[in-house]
Amino acid sequence: MPKITYIEHSGKSHSIEVENGLTVMEGAVQNDIPGIDADCGGACACATCHVYVDAKWINKLPKIDSAEEDMLDMAHEPNKFSRLTCQITVTDKLNGLVVKMPSKQG
Amino acid sequence: MIKTDVLVIGAGPVGIFVVQQLGLIGLKAEVVDNLDKIGGQCIELYPDKPIYDIPALPECTGESLTKNLLTQIKPFKTNFHLDQRVEEISKEKNIWKITTSKKNIFLAPNIIIAAGVGSFEPRKLQVEGAEKFENNGIYYSIKDKTAFKNKKISIFGGGDSALDWAIELSKFASVTLIHRRNEFRGAEHSAEIAKKLEKEGKLKIKTPFQITSIEGEDKINAITIKSEDGKIEKVPTDCILGFFGLIMKLGPILEWGLNLDKKTIPVNTENFQTNKEGVFAIGDICSYPGKLKLILSGFHEGALAARACFKLARPNEKYRFEFTTTSKTLQGRLGLKKK
Repeated sequence: MPKITYIEHSGKSHSIEVENGLTVMEGAVQNDIPGIDADCGGACACATCHVYVDAKWINKLPKIDSAEEDMLDMAHEPNKFSRLTCQITVTDKLNGLVVKMPSKQG
Repeated sequence: MIKTDVLVIGAGPVGIFVVQQLGLIGLKAEVVDNLDKIGGQCIELYPDKPIYDIPALPECTGESLTKNLLTQIKPFKTNFHLDQRVEEISKEKNIWKITTSKKNIFLAPNIIIAAGVGSFEPRKLQVEGAEKFENNGIYYSIKDKTAFKNKKISIFGGGDSALDWAIELSKFASVTLIHRRNEFRGAEHSAEIAKKLEKEGKLKIKTPFQITSIEGEDKINAITIKSEDGKIEKVPTDCILGFFGLIMKLGPILEWGLNLDKKTIPVNTENFQTNKEGVFAIGDICSYPGKLKLILSGFHEGALAARACFKLARPNEKYRFEFTTTSKTLQGRLGLKKK
């Protein structure tokens, strides 16, 4: 299974294996990793699963669509590495992905 | 002051449906919601997104679901108190006193919290000094536009509110519209008008910029904005308007002495009562072993909580279980004519 590393804002790192087909958000929520709230449950409707994707990985992800880009306007301190984890589906290609949580969600 | 049998907090699908369940058993409810419209997340977050798991509705949208639920509670002529948040609850002699942010007071033996993930509130600026200047130079909504006449205004956001207010206020104020990226998510037509006004020198647009600091002692003098590639600019500013959309917050619910588990309220699944007698929690906000955050679960939870409310609202009466198909009493409450 692909391994995903979630780094909390404090620097605490969690590397876990996430099943293919789940979203990066679901990987965090199902493994009780703090820092990803996902208030709307994955509908790309709330921007509380926002992360900064590691610079090495940002261009390897599926392209951002306009709905996600619009929703990122609502995220806390978005930048060019920002993505919503509910919109990233885990595949073998993402083995080793590193994402960092913002100082807060919402 | 309004006396009622049940005060429902939250006008989402679960909050609306519980009004129907209460109405059927003869209980009167009043509903409070912080949004200015009925429907909760269904209306605010996904009015057009399809929902496929409402029993007997193969497909609906957040909007159509809300509309149908409102039709279903029509016989009960329920009052919705919108655009206000429940701030405080206190109990005296088995009656809860509930106070909202608009200073409306309700007296009820029962409170049903159907508040989802919390109330929708404007997302605020996250820069130092933003709190200090809130309502004294920084605003997240506009009550009286004339207050901004001849002012230097910096408007933040990329949606319809930001675009519409930038266009409107540019008629009589010096407006700078600032957004974190070059594309606006608001109506294309509005974005075009804004760009036209910019060409005519009637409006300034700064993209892709975000705020980094606010200057000023008693009032705001200027703000500093920074682009993603590091360009820094200073914008003389009297007022900041932030239109960053809404976020959901539990808010005052945290202060009511209820047991909490993360962002949820644990309940007894027999009646969906919280640790306080007469306070119930249903829908996404409640938690118990096996809880599913589905609208259909919220409907079931409301049906049980309603029956528990009956005991506290009508302590001297006996609750009778009846079906709407056969009970003349229930059909009477639904306003159906005798055949």
